[in-house]
Amino acid sequence: MSRRVVITGAGTINALGADVASTMAAMQEGRCGIGPLDIRDVDRLSIQIGGQVKGYDEHAHFNRQQIALYDRFTQFTLLAAREALAQSGLTFNGVLADQSGVILGTSGGGLTTQDENYRTVYEEGKNRVHPFIVPKLMNNAAVSQVSMEWNLRGPSFTVSTACASSNHAMGQAFNMVRSGMATVMVTGGSESMLCFGGIKAWEGLRVMSKDACRPFSATRNGMVQGEGAGVFVFEDYDHAVKRGADILCEVAGFAMSSDASDIVMPSKQGAARAIAGALRDARIDRSEVGYINAHGTGTAANDKTECAAVADVFGPHADKLMISSTKSMHGHLIGGTGAVELLACIMALRDGVIAPTIGYEEPDPECALDVVPNVARDADVDVVLSNAFAFGGLNAVIALRK
Amino acid sequence: MSTQDQIIAILAEQALLQPSDIALDNSLEELGIDSMALVESIFAIEEAFDITVPFNANAPKDSGFDISSVAAIIAAVDKLKAEQT
Repeated sequence: MSRRVVITGAGTINALGADVASTMAAMQEGRCGIGPLDIRDVDRLSIQIGGQVKGYDEHAHFNRQQIALYDRFTQFTLLAAREALAQSGLTFNGVLADQSGVILGTSGGGLTTQDENYRTVYEEGKNRVHPFIVPKLMNNAAVSQVSMEWNLRGPSFTVSTACASSNHAMGQAFNMVRSGMATVMVTGGSESMLCFGGIKAWEGLRVMSKDACRPFSATRNGMVQGEGAGVFVFEDYDHAVKRGADILCEVAGFAMSSDASDIVMPSKQGAARAIAGALRDARIDRSEVGYINAHGTGTAANDKTECAAVADVFGPHADKLMISSTKSMHGHLIGGTGAVELLACIMALRDGVIAPTIGYEEPDPECALDVVPNVARDADVDVVLSNAFAFGGLNAVIALRK
Repeated sequence: MSTQDQIIAILAEQALLQPSDIALDNSLEELGIDSMALVESIFAIEEAFDITVPFNANAPKDSGFDISSVAAIIAAVDKLKAEQT
């Protein structure tokens, strides 16, 4: 049994906006959500910028009991899920509840909770922590809280594959609906590691930029972390049509691959196998692809490898398609990044607007593709891809169509 | 141990060589030190001398820390030590 899968709801909160409309508006404007970090002990960090969700007041959204259980990554997930599920118009009871689940990506999970509580016991020397630290910090906390809030009683779990977590999660959700294992899957991902320990760890790798994320530009000097969540409702096409749902787009295909080569350096072959695999899975000819939302981290290694992989898979068509990295605006959300970036893909299909790669200063001969520099572009595209290539060499590519 | 001996010991450990196998005019490439070993070497240098080394793996040449040879690294560390202590 193979079913068609469509997206009937989308939600987000990230550095560009607290919902889908404001995020897409920012992407159209080419606005940068990256700025000075406002976190404890920032003066002890050498990297002091990020795509932080500013002006956020957890008490405006959650009560005291909830905050005791919801790490920031869970809070972001729940806010994005509220928007997505409200848009879908779905409620879950009886058989539908049993056949619907939640699969989300995250890399750090409740890292902020860990950071705060390690500080309490090590730095402040306290011998007691709050009783709910474990259910707050665990990587599946967000999935479980979503399942409880919306009565989703089917297959539910968390995927953690670093920077590809969200794409792997959405790929699983897609295959579950496609195969008939589930009718509706709530999916996407979330990340909130803009805390002292979360940034200090990344500093160690020496791949972070101190000033901006400039993917594909010859002047790029590294990645910038972001935070937030993206959540989507993946639904069986027949089920969506029967209830008259507004369909945002179709999930056409998905593929994953493993480089099996290096723990941090990306491989062109691994990336190319995932991209080609997604086209094959979706039964899409490469000439149909109009836009790729790149992994585009702004590191020396990723961007040239990704462009080489795209050139290999698409041949002459690589020069005709557009490829941009919205990480230049919202930063790298690590385990949540593919989910927020899927919004740029939906915007391309639904609104005919291609989000730009901002901060672009100078062409790099090793990234000689149409990277939609600095300014959004109107274009009518039927098929788009979203790339995610994780540390550890784990790659996941999703194909969407109108 | 002198600065030179300490740096050679750090590089030797990363390159899986004896310190006596390392010459001052060797490049890191000649020693078989790849990008990950380089980042570890810089961390070890920072710890050994209690200094901060300006180094971005995306643009090693633009970092203001000369890694073109073993001698260049020793000179750069001496300069940082003088600046930062």
